[in-house]
Amino acid sequence: MTALDTAGPAVTAGPAPSRNTKHSARRTTRKWGEISLFAGPAVLVYLIFVLLPVLLAAFYSFFNWNGLGPLDRFIGLDNYTRLLADPVFHRSVFNNFFIIVMSLLIQGPLAILVALLMNRPLRFRGLLRALIFVPYVLSEVTAGLAWQILLQSVPPNRWGPFDTLLRSIGIENPPAWLADQDVVMWTMFGILTWKYLGLAIILMLAGLSGVPEELYEAAALDGAGWWKTQWYITVPLLGPTIRIWAFLSIIGALQLFDMVWIVTGGGPLNASSTMAVYMVKNGLNVSQIGFGSAVAVVLFLISLVIALVYQRFALRRDLAGAITGGVR
Amino acid sequence: MNRRSTKLVALGATAGLAALALAGCAPAGDGADGSGDTTTITWWHNGTGEPLNSFWEDVAGEFEAEHPGVNVEVEAFQSEDLQRTLIPNALQAGGDAAPDLFMVWAEGEIKAQVEAGYLKDLSSLTDVVESVGGAGTGWNVDGKQYGIPFRYGIEGIWYNADLFEQAGITEIPATFSEYSDAINKLAASGVSPVGVGAGDGWPAAHWWYQFAIKTCSPESLTKAADTLEFDDPCFVEAGENLKAWMDEFDGDLPFQSNPTSTPAQSVPNSSAGLLASQTTAMELMGTWHRGEVAKLVPGAPADNPPAPEWLSWMPVPDIEGASGAPGAALGSGDAWGVYVDAPDETLELLEYVMSEDVQTRFAALGEIPTVAGAEAGITDPVLKQIAEGTVNASLVVTWLDTQYGPVIGQAMNDAIVNLMFGDGTPESVPEAMNAAAATL
Repeated sequence: MTALDTAGPAVTAGPAPSRNTKHSARRTTRKWGEISLFAGPAVLVYLIFVLLPVLLAAFYSFFNWNGLGPLDRFIGLDNYTRLLADPVFHRSVFNNFFIIVMSLLIQGPLAILVALLMNRPLRFRGLLRALIFVPYVLSEVTAGLAWQILLQSVPPNRWGPFDTLLRSIGIENPPAWLADQDVVMWTMFGILTWKYLGLAIILMLAGLSGVPEELYEAAALDGAGWWKTQWYITVPLLGPTIRIWAFLSIIGALQLFDMVWIVTGGGPLNASSTMAVYMVKNGLNVSQIGFGSAVAVVLFLISLVIALVYQRFALRRDLAGAITGGVR
Repeated sequence: MNRRSTKLVALGATAGLAALALAGCAPAGDGADGSGDTTTITWWHNGTGEPLNSFWEDVAGEFEAEHPGVNVEVEAFQSEDLQRTLIPNALQAGGDAAPDLFMVWAEGEIKAQVEAGYLKDLSSLTDVVESVGGAGTGWNVDGKQYGIPFRYGIEGIWYNADLFEQAGITEIPATFSEYSDAINKLAASGVSPVGVGAGDGWPAAHWWYQFAIKTCSPESLTKAADTLEFDDPCFVEAGENLKAWMDEFDGDLPFQSNPTSTPAQSVPNSSAGLLASQTTAMELMGTWHRGEVAKLVPGAPADNPPAPEWLSWMPVPDIEGASGAPGAALGSGDAWGVYVDAPDETLELLEYVMSEDVQTRFAALGEIPTVAGAEAGITDPVLKQIAEGTVNASLVVTWLDTQYGPVIGQAMNDAIVNLMFGDGTPESVPEAMNAAAATL
């Protein structure tokens, strides 16, 4: 073993400074060798499949390029000015933010409420938890296709399954869930809530299990009722969980693509388009790689800014020392 | 372990993994393999369903049997994936990654591939080029033939003969006013007259295309396709005519309710599914519709479903008083193109695939062939009608979105759906087309 050849004597009167430096240099080298051995492949894959495409997209966005032949039509910021002037893109950005705001206002509180109810001794609690989680496990494509078929109606002679159900309980003229421009985003929000509420509830339940039992006992001794206990003890202690859930929810809403693509394709008349749907429709589907790349860059920048701002302000306590450099 | 060896191992492991990862990305290529004895031809098509998938496999097998040392690798992909993602990426990667024989769409769609120098000029295959006659025109770029169509036909109105009979329609409408009468009779009998998958855009846009080819003179259409300028007033007039026709009826008619949320095909609630389940009585669609409807008939078998007996076809009626060429029809097809560096045997494979024998068997599967003589293989009476309609059409205009290319195509289709079912105007369609043309 080569290590033996280079090892110093076992006992010395005290290492000379030069040898010490040599030793530590060797240790550093070895450390870096190990790091590159174990992390190298992952870093390489990350560079090739994540960082390089991001940089290439930024580069392509300055060209009018259809994906074929050489990149020889530099057009500067034209793709960006065209994109920022397009009302369909504005609508798409609005729709992403609509989903973010509605998720925070409706999905989050709903998940906390259900989690609080399910955290009490209940019959069939395990079964209920599993059932609530089922939609999250289904693939987006399967769930999307199912919802598309359930909601599609052709009145007056072929009502979809969902509308048939509504009519059986006396709602004669249900809205055109997927065809009405004013309704379609609410429908999408409903489907997304059905799909992702389970995840939120499971996260909240996990958070609840971390609340110390003694606090509840103390509150009970002080005579606090159930609501007061939840409001003053549980919800504040759920803070880190809520903040992480909200972060996942915001990033998910910004990337929203598959469910919309399957259920509405961004329609009717682009009313349910999101930034990612807009990117695929106007970039990939029509071979405008340069323009699509510009959309991707804008989507990336919006996501990056939101993520950084959120981490800096909302997550600073939760992530102390990890990302924000030890804010106390 | 000394410093150098640690470094070497780390580098070696990293490089090895990277090489493995990259090697895994490269598809099996064309050309001779290591031994120099075998030539591999890759062939990409869009026949993902049966019986087509097995048919192309069989054809490849027959060719291999006749040509020892040639290995044909056939792969099927969904049309849009093939055309929009896989082929452009593979061509751009070039070399072994590019398929040798693959499907190409006509006119504006094939042009970018030709301009980038990816396609082999097939003009020297004179027998094959002549065998498809006028159908090959759409794949002729600057006088050179870059694609050989294997499937070609005009679109028409697919209808349910039983529902027509129930509604008391005895004659097939020959003019648009007779067609409107039929729509009213069908509505009175309680059926949604015309199904349209406007959720996918293009099926609705085809209605405007039909009005455009019947409203614009052939000269105006040719000029617009050549210059990509859509300033001829006939394009606005086409939208006005379409809107006037749609406004003749009460309520949602002539189309089914909620057209903008209805997809075109594949699922039971698509417009093809509505026709298959007898909810709607008619649909404007291309030759492939026979297979799409057959698959979606409730209770249809998964393998080779037969077309329902009531499924019939008629050409789109002429619009009275319009200045377009009488008998003009809209249509196109799918063609085979060859990669510029494909092995020579690919041309022999193409000749075999386009032989009268293979095309006749292709026709027997319920497809419309292009090679003269192969129409003898068509057994289905409806497809015979379409083949005759294609031959008899005074002029076959390629689908406008294919003709003008994808960028103008998408803007045009969106504007048309907006005109038909949103707040668009007849003027907004050519405006959107001109705006899209300006970004090219």
